[in-house]
Amino acid sequence: MGAEFVQFSLTPVLIGVLSAIACALPGNFLILRRQALIGDAISHVVLPGIVVAFLLTGMISAVPMLLGAAGAALVAVVLIEAVKRLGNIEPGAAMGAIFTSMFAAGVLILEQTDTSSVHLDVEHALMGNLESLVWLRAEGWHSLLDPSMLATLPGELSRIAAVCAFVVVATLMFWRWLKIATFDEGFAQALGIPSTALGLGLVVVAAIAAVAAFDAVGSIIVIAMFICPPAAARLMTNRLGHQVVWSAVFATLSAVLGYVLAGYGPFWFGFEGAVSAAGMIATVSGIILAGACVFGPHRSRVGVAQQEAR
Amino acid sequence: MNLFLDALFLQAGYNAALVAIGAGLLGFAAGASGTFPFLRKRALISDAVAHATLPGVGLAFVIMVALGGDGRSLVGLLAGSAATAWIGLLVIEWIARRTRLAEDAAIGAVLGVFFGVGIVLLTVIQSMSAGRQAGLESFLLGSTAGMLLQDAVVIAIGGSLAVFTTWLMRRPMTLVAFDSDYAASMGYDVRRVDLLMMALVMSVTVVGLKLVGLILIVAMLIIPAVAARFWTDRSSRMIWIAGGIGGASGYLGAVFSASAPAMPTGPIIVLVAAAIFIFSLLFAPERGVLAAIVRHRRFQVRVHRLQGLLALAAEHPIREAYTLRLLAREGLARPDGVPTNAGRAQAAKIARDERRWDVAREVYQDAGLTGRYDGLTPIEDVFTSDEIADFDHRLGPPVAVESG
Repeated sequence: MGAEFVQFSLTPVLIGVLSAIACALPGNFLILRRQALIGDAISHVVLPGIVVAFLLTGMISAVPMLLGAAGAALVAVVLIEAVKRLGNIEPGAAMGAIFTSMFAAGVLILEQTDTSSVHLDVEHALMGNLESLVWLRAEGWHSLLDPSMLATLPGELSRIAAVCAFVVVATLMFWRWLKIATFDEGFAQALGIPSTALGLGLVVVAAIAAVAAFDAVGSIIVIAMFICPPAAARLMTNRLGHQVVWSAVFATLSAVLGYVLAGYGPFWFGFEGAVSAAGMIATVSGIILAGACVFGPHRSRVGVAQQEAR
Repeated sequence: MNLFLDALFLQAGYNAALVAIGAGLLGFAAGASGTFPFLRKRALISDAVAHATLPGVGLAFVIMVALGGDGRSLVGLLAGSAATAWIGLLVIEWIARRTRLAEDAAIGAVLGVFFGVGIVLLTVIQSMSAGRQAGLESFLLGSTAGMLLQDAVVIAIGGSLAVFTTWLMRRPMTLVAFDSDYAASMGYDVRRVDLLMMALVMSVTVVGLKLVGLILIVAMLIIPAVAARFWTDRSSRMIWIAGGIGGASGYLGAVFSASAPAMPTGPIIVLVAAAIFIFSLLFAPERGVLAAIVRHRRFQVRVHRLQGLLALAAEHPIREAYTLRLLAREGLARPDGVPTNAGRAQAAKIARDERRWDVAREVYQDAGLTGRYDGLTPIEDVFTSDEIADFDHRLGPPVAVESG
């Protein structure tokens, strides 16, 4: 736990934890609103959003990428709504048709343009690249107190920290509205809560979390972070507040354990090298969810347990 | 352009022809077997199934290498992917049935976690035997470059089996898709039929993995079915229409990608399918957007004509500009609102029919007949001429009015 840890593990772990929390918070509401698969759609359209943002600005930097992904998420949501209404198509199929098409367009544009000079390749976008986000200049724990050293931290860390803070603040600020609109949309409208705008806002926040986490874990595994910790938390408690806290705990646990297992696990089994940290984080979150499905105190539907006992 | 025509008629070389035929067959199979999951409103399960194939590919490779094999045997990799996809399906089913999580959360969880496990396995493979793993990544987005006759044969056999089974089981699957309770009461095992639907999706996914990749195969299972829904209301016909749309997008997509550089086959196929979908959404008869607009306009015209004629009959002024324009266009009134002779005659008829309806509602207090009174349906469409003569009789003879 010395200088090497600070150099190679501190920042990836932090980035993993912050991404997991940033995704898990909106995930809670998506799951309760039966919109879990919006997370799926968002994570697929992050790729075209980023590619288009890159083409328009010609640079890989945080703000255009965030805007591009959020824009793509909005476009996707609007298109899905349009297909649903105009074509009278059920939401799942509308989503499936739209996000796969947008993803295909993203891959095509990526192949058509010369982006080989930058680190925007499809596999990276899908799988993430947590291990490479190291703090090479660090010399030990004391570097944390040295402003000139702090400036050399990977940019992804400050970005995900800002996004995570934004997600937390947004969740707290709109807590009451979100809670009411999630459980009783009609009541929310009667109270004058703009529930449609709130729903869209939730999607945009989820998109921002997804693109910030995209650096760390890639666009597909983000889905696991949106869904697994909140889903596991849902099986632990009946109170929304507790559920959100549980989901943050599970998210942290998945990120830390996942990173450690990916980095050191293979050595314990006598292998050389490490495995994908992003994949391992998703795996751990899945194991946690499996545990919650089997042992969670509130795992069954109300009434199902009695029915089966009969 | 020449290149495109060459490719279209399979003259652009052996590999391009092979890819085009393979993609066409795969598209047909995917469209046909995607029909029922879509009608069952579970289209996105195929997304989870597709992502859940990845760990199977990795595991199969590891096992085959551990047993001293080549590790890249296509059949082995496909068997592995089918195994984990099946496990993924069962897990979704188990979570949705045994816990209070909704099916969408189960789909998302399986999708993300299985894909994560797959990525872990891919990195394990990278570190265990450098060089030989080459090609496994192509399962993500597909690759046509190294397509062999063997691959096309796998697609042809697997695809036709899937289409044949879909056709064979169309009746139970239609029942389950539209009314699963009724299907259960008819003695069908709904859970089995559901699993069969998904097994078909899984087999198409597995055979199509190498060509379009696991992320985009989902599109071929969903988009043709969604597009086909616009053209028919019969599920037995929809299987073939969806198959045709899928086949056409597969074939055309492969042709496009063969005729220009930097055109990856999988995405192009999906985009061709998306174009067909958008065309269907806009221009399909009955269910398309254009048809809906035309229908709406016709309805509007009927309402305005009726209201205008009633106003003429009652000698009220018409203030609605659109109504006035409509009546003027049809020669029923002058632009200043004064009725023409034809307009007077029509108005008198409409006014008489309104009176007839009033009588009809008193005579027949039966909602089955008079419930059809919406102000627009001509009375001749509901009652026979004898009945209308009876209404006229009750109304009494025409009364002379003072001419204004």
